[in-house]
Amino acid sequence: MPKLTVDGVELEVPAGATVLQACELAGKEVPRFCYHERLSIAGNCRMCLVEVKPGPPKQQAGCAMPAGEGQEIRTDSEMVKTAREGVMEFLLINHPLDCPICDQGGECDLQDQAMAYGRGATRYEENKRAVTEKHMGPLIKTTMTRCIHCTRCVRFSEEIAGVDEIGALFRGEDMQITTYLEQAASHELSANVIDLCPVGALTSRPYAFEARPWELKKTLSIDVSDGIGANIRLDSRGREVLRILPRINDDVNEEWISDKARYQVDGLTKRRIDQPWVRKKGKPQPASWDEAFAAIAKAKPGKSIAAIAGGLADCETMFAAKQLLGALGSELLESRQTGESFDVSNLAAMTFNTTLEGIESADAVLIVGSHVRWEAALLNVRLRKAAARGGAKVFVVGPEWETTYPATFLGEDASVLHNFPQDVSDTFANAERPAIILGHGGLAAGALHPALALAEDWKLVRQLEDGTPWNGFNVVQMAASQIGALMLGYAKSGGIADISAASPEVLISLGGDAIDYSQFEGSLKVYIGHHGDRSMQSADVVLPAAAYTEKAGTYVNTEGRVQFAEKGVFAPGDAREDWTILRALADALGAKVDFDSFEELRAAMVAEVPALGEEALADVGALPKADRGAKASGAITYPIRDFYLTNPIARASATMQRCSAELLHGDAIAEAAE
Amino acid sequence: MALADKDRIFTNVYGYQPWNLKAAQARGDWDNTKAILEKGRDGIVEEIKASGLRGRGGAGFPTGLKWSFMPKEPSPAKPGFLLINADESEPGSCKDREIIRHDPHKLIEGALVAGFACGARAAYIYIRGEYIREAEVLFAAVEEAYDAGLIGKNACGSGYDFDVFVHRGAGAYICGEETAMIESLEGKKGQPRLKPPFPAGAGLYGCPSTVNNVESIAVSPTIMRRGAAWFSGFGRENNHGTKLFQISGHVEKPCVVEEEMGIPFRELIEKHCGGIRGGWDNLLAVIPGGSSVPLVPAAQIMDAPMDFDGLKELQSGLGTAAVIVMDKSTDIVRAISRLSYFYKHESCGQCTPCREGTGWMWRVMERLRTGDAAVEEIDMLQQVTKQVEGHTICALGDAAAWPIQGLIRHFRPELERRIADNVMEAAE
Repeated sequence: MPKLTVDGVELEVPAGATVLQACELAGKEVPRFCYHERLSIAGNCRMCLVEVKPGPPKQQAGCAMPAGEGQEIRTDSEMVKTAREGVMEFLLINHPLDCPICDQGGECDLQDQAMAYGRGATRYEENKRAVTEKHMGPLIKTTMTRCIHCTRCVRFSEEIAGVDEIGALFRGEDMQITTYLEQAASHELSANVIDLCPVGALTSRPYAFEARPWELKKTLSIDVSDGIGANIRLDSRGREVLRILPRINDDVNEEWISDKARYQVDGLTKRRIDQPWVRKKGKPQPASWDEAFAAIAKAKPGKSIAAIAGGLADCETMFAAKQLLGALGSELLESRQTGESFDVSNLAAMTFNTTLEGIESADAVLIVGSHVRWEAALLNVRLRKAAARGGAKVFVVGPEWETTYPATFLGEDASVLHNFPQDVSDTFANAERPAIILGHGGLAAGALHPALALAEDWKLVRQLEDGTPWNGFNVVQMAASQIGALMLGYAKSGGIADISAASPEVLISLGGDAIDYSQFEGSLKVYIGHHGDRSMQSADVVLPAAAYTEKAGTYVNTEGRVQFAEKGVFAPGDAREDWTILRALADALGAKVDFDSFEELRAAMVAEVPALGEEALADVGALPKADRGAKASGAITYPIRDFYLTNPIARASATMQRCSAELLHGDAIAEAAE
Repeated sequence: MALADKDRIFTNVYGYQPWNLKAAQARGDWDNTKAILEKGRDGIVEEIKASGLRGRGGAGFPTGLKWSFMPKEPSPAKPGFLLINADESEPGSCKDREIIRHDPHKLIEGALVAGFACGARAAYIYIRGEYIREAEVLFAAVEEAYDAGLIGKNACGSGYDFDVFVHRGAGAYICGEETAMIESLEGKKGQPRLKPPFPAGAGLYGCPSTVNNVESIAVSPTIMRRGAAWFSGFGRENNHGTKLFQISGHVEKPCVVEEEMGIPFRELIEKHCGGIRGGWDNLLAVIPGGSSVPLVPAAQIMDAPMDFDGLKELQSGLGTAAVIVMDKSTDIVRAISRLSYFYKHESCGQCTPCREGTGWMWRVMERLRTGDAAVEEIDMLQQVTKQVEGHTICALGDAAAWPIQGLIRHFRPELERRIADNVMEAAE
């Protein structure tokens, strides 16, 4: 713990801190461009120059200099001021200063710091440099003339994403940042470089010229595009969410989000269901709310009613539906839309117990049937940290996919779980922090209990040397609703087959878009959702509901972490928040439910499942005992075929469609064109 | 006080004899190298320290001290490396080239001695890409040394295993900067690293490394043979030894010559170069240490001692002792502007002041050359050089700033005259 002074203020800083961090701890602002907490130190912008004694009689880059005992740091001296002005002048001489037409305007580090640390006028009389645009794909718009060569984007690609996509060409003032051979940046987190770019060189292509930051209303929300529950901020104007940005949450998403979480936003205004529809003579016809409710009431379901939750449903919606069914005397609830029937009796066997942050310290990881990059892109970032920084050994059972870290593929057949090569078993037997990550591909191949057996054999649940508990058994859930649904009892032992066997009079689908409705031939299918996706074709009554940006709600991520989202905008047209629809439906069906407001609904939900009332990791209990008789077998297939089109919002999004076409199927398109 | 032939280290610098091993051995190289190694690591380091040898690459850091920074007990996981900087690209410098093409075995023997003293597992010689014939000689010489058992397993019968690898650069000036050279050796873009960590702690592939200039390495076996006292007998306090001077420009006979440190400029020129073209009155200015040091006007340089401290007093530096002599026919502004262009061209582009500043400085210099500027811009240019100097990751920023500072310091009237002439012309 070195003791030092910053501008005469004495303080103690943690060992290993840099001078820049010391200044921040002392409450002194130090301007910077290249420095970023989550990236390696480049020290190339030279904006963070400070005076450090003892040392050479020149300014030091604060970001790169370790804080040492007895240092005297000055950030307010004339020398420092001049140095900053000098560097700022250099940054600006070749910067186009086209702030009025730049999308970064208003949230630009260069703009802000030029105001704070720059001289008022320019002395540069020569011509400014111009740099050709670069192609970085459908998401990233480049204006490379604005680039100040901080290399944050290069370091992000290399270090966080783990792909060598972005780099610098040429040297000196001709240096240019570009993608390799000007191919599109194609990994799942590519758009984070837009946030990292301190100037307007990399901006958002879909959001180009849409709005200025000060026009936007900011709402704190939770992403629903996968099971990670990334913390996001909705930037909306009027009734439209214009963009989605990550919020910092070190436990969940650090400060990244996947491209899907960020750019499915334009899907929120397309293909929306904005009024009720009722199927008449085989064709859906526009209807009023009254007509729609009357059509449902006519079916007189009694207790013969079922509900299936879709992947985007919030806990309140699911609980409201559960209340409704409960009032009618039905318990036909299910959340696994595709007919999966693995054992869900124990919640601990369904969650990511190691936690996202914890998995970073794992030293041996077995991935069973999960295409982690597509199913949970942010988890892949954590695994990369474990493998690339911590040296964790990673093994994968399942078809090969491009990992961003060294990994050994053990074949596609799940039966390898019963018969590992010696070196794999040795690795796990000797590991200090072993972990298994089970995906839905593995669950489908019956790998749950074999994996639990491995967890027992390898002692995945243990006390670490420092006394902290370690639980290395993990399941990657892909749906934002999944863990919440299980906490609320949305599961039958036989899966959806149990529901169809009961052949309910009325089937309520809470945005269930992956359900095969043909198994409910005789039921009145009520779809409560926001997008006219696949379900539209099968549903008998369609009730327009709110998307995740249009309602407050509780989500539980794959770790079992309960998180609240706030309402950003109003649902379009006649669409209503889901819980109000279910409340009205209860009246229409003559059922008595005990909530009349959202607060009452939430209170009732928390009363039943207390864990949902607190933004924290839910206590999921201990792992069940493995059923040693269960065998995993057969070739594993991954459930996700197309990363960009996994939910109805993304499928409605033109941006996601373009990403899918260009980034995933671009080769096929190029070939066809030839 | 001029250097006697018997005290010359580089006895074949003109290539009158073959470079090969046989000839080199006849000149005394590889003579019982084992005995040198038997003095032990500390013995060699102490001897070099006592000799007062300062790095010959330009910065003049004491070589023995640098070697002593290497870990005493290298771990097998992180072996030490000796990196020999033969990326000689400084305009004016051509000493390493002469050493490599005419006396490569001095370098290779030095590599073994220095590598042993540093506890290094191997030496990498990073040779400038444009040195094609020189690289051929070096490759052949290394092979000869391997074949003779002088390096490789059990080098010189000493029981010490030591490899020498020759790596050809791709012709970037910046790769002569020690950490950029390490990056380049690792196969990355040649950009200097942040220091700390210094190469002695984490250098090539994160292993402890020592980076030395060719000349520093090549003189070390001779120092070990003839003793520190012999070497430190030359030159002034803190500036000991002999040095290869490379005199180019407006002298009668440009040459590379080994001389005693601290030899007065006039003696150096008269004795070896046949005097200044057109006589001493025709001397305008001298850049005494390669393009990156400030120039010194004729009056100040004439009787100045050519060593680190002597030239520092003149606000210049010895650098690599690449003496660029300019007579009065020189367009001095154009000369410095050309150097500015060089630095603009060679800046790696990593850090802001150098990337943006070198181009700006060159453009202003070009305008000053024709006088198409305002007098205030001279002051502005001076400020810009100060904004670059000391604010960059490596010394290239300083190197780009210093020649211009030297020009403004000594030739400001010339700059102002050009501006005035230009204004007159425009008025007419």
